Amino acid sequence: MSEAVAEGTAPRPHRRLPIPPVVPMIVALIALWYVAAVPMNIKEALTQVERDGAVVSPESAVERRDMSNWALVARNPQHIAGSWATARPRLPAPHVVVEELYDSTIGEEVNGRRGLVRSGSLSNRSLVYHGLVTLNATFVGFLIGAVLGVALAIGIVHSRVMDMSVMPWAIVSQTIPIVALAPMIIVVLYSIGVQGLIPKAVISAYLSFFPVVVGMVKGLRAPDGMQLDLMRTYNADARTVLQKLRLPSSVPYLFASLKIAIAASLVGAIVGELPVQRGGLGARMLAGSYYGQTAQIWAALLTAAALAAVLVGLLGWLERKTLARMGMQT
Amino acid sequence: MQSAAAQSAPAPQSAPAVVSARNLFLTFQTADGPVNALSDVTLDISKGDFVSFIGPSGCGKTTLLRCIAALETPTGGKLTVNGMDPDAARKARAYGYVFQAAGLYPWRTIGGNIRLPLEIMGFSKSEQEERVARVLDLVELTGFEKKFPWQLSGGMQQRASIARALAFDADILLMDEPFGALDEIVRDRLNEELLGLWDRTGKTIAFVTHSIPEAVYLSTHIVVMSPRPGRITDVIESPLPRQRPLDIRDSPEFIEVAHRVREGLRAGYEE
Repeated sequence: MSEAVAEGTAPRPHRRLPIPPVVPMIVALIALWYVAAVPMNIKEALTQVERDGAVVSPESAVERRDMSNWALVARNPQHIAGSWATARPRLPAPHVVVEELYDSTIGEEVNGRRGLVRSGSLSNRSLVYHGLVTLNATFVGFLIGAVLGVALAIGIVHSRVMDMSVMPWAIVSQTIPIVALAPMIIVVLYSIGVQGLIPKAVISAYLSFFPVVVGMVKGLRAPDGMQLDLMRTYNADARTVLQKLRLPSSVPYLFASLKIAIAASLVGAIVGELPVQRGGLGARMLAGSYYGQTAQIWAALLTAAALAAVLVGLLGWLERKTLARMGMQT
Repeated sequence: MQSAAAQSAPAPQSAPAVVSARNLFLTFQTADGPVNALSDVTLDISKGDFVSFIGPSGCGKTTLLRCIAALETPTGGKLTVNGMDPDAARKARAYGYVFQAAGLYPWRTIGGNIRLPLEIMGFSKSEQEERVARVLDLVELTGFEKKFPWQLSGGMQQRASIARALAFDADILLMDEPFGALDEIVRDRLNEELLGLWDRTGKTIAFVTHSIPEAVYLSTHIVVMSPRPGRITDVIESPLPRQRPLDIRDSPEFIEVAHRVREGLRAGYEE
């Protein structure tokens, strides 16, 4: 803190998104995607154009089966474009995914028989509907996880017994692959009559409480010895120290953890939807893989990614607002 | 204040001892074996004194201050603050403590920071306001109540932290190198202001420093300490008057006292 800022409000630098470097990066990634789609889909593409009467090299399907994909691309450069338009691509080209994305959101709701326009409710074939199903479970799971995480962190910071007993179990809990655990959680909860949103939220919370615990323990312990000594000179009790010093100090840590936690919550909700198949982005992904609809999987994946980006962005916005209100610079 | 040595008390020091230490020892157990932070420290601080503790790092000056504040517990000897056990004095809020760093909470305004001890000690809202205004005036920060710490310079932040220590009317002010991190010009000004504040409020101040001019300029008594083990080697009573303009530092008396402090510090090294 220099002497120069003594007079009141020093201007804060404006934060601008570095748009120029981002655009070429995205273009490069999309180009890479198109390139990768060629060898991935070339066999299928050749079979398809051959069926339509075109000449491909080599002509024998059996021979083609034993050749490498790149060799086939090299021998059939005129059919490269065909590999971006196969009916059942291994790797759908970006525009195919975008088309699927449009069809299963706006297209379905506006034109579909069960869409919002004709039936008055969201179509169960649209990603909007499935996205909302997932979002519901994500929110409930995130709330449970965040509250549980903060509560555990407060306990850990204040009690040596909890520090030694809870933390190892919290770490162990995260070493178990969630895909293995999720079906068990669903089965156990189902057997006691709980199904629907709650099992998914529980899986969500299971993933999201951990970053909150770790971040909050760090945050609540952030005040240094001098600040704690100062509280001691005021003869402040532990509750006052928590309320006036530890909790405010932990706010930046809390938001960092919450950003990780909400992304983990989304993953948890999706994993929880895999075995149940009662809607949600997870159900869509698995259905897509059952029927070889890779474009559908990718569309659901992109929706999930976009949801995660929006949720994390929302928390980032909330973080900036909160820290600005607290007078802390970010 | 009197050292244990035969310095008989002159007239103005008949005031009762606010801090009294008798044969204080403090040994820290470290991985490298025991460290004698304080060894046989005997000292009285009378009401209204301005006492500086000066000495090289590791001489125990900060440790002694922390013992008075009940942030450390001596392993031997007897220490009283306001006639009480130091911990009881801490609970009775006998002192305000100023640390080397201002340590203001970044999420509280200057006013909010000064209000912190008042909130904790349960002062009423109106009394909080009144006290905040009063101590802000005392440290010449009126008008900065609504500013956040990052909007103030280092010197102003330290003034705010002094205001915070003054807010709840403790009679004793314990200051641990409060101006150590500031540049010389700011430090001079704050020294002058601190003397004025001491004169107006009649507080008893214990002040840790490692600057000889600062110690001589501020103090009625200078306690010279030396390390390994941390102990008092000399207690110098200043002949300077209570009113001290900055240029008193060029007077022969000042130079004489500074010389004696330097001698004391050197003696501590050579032993």
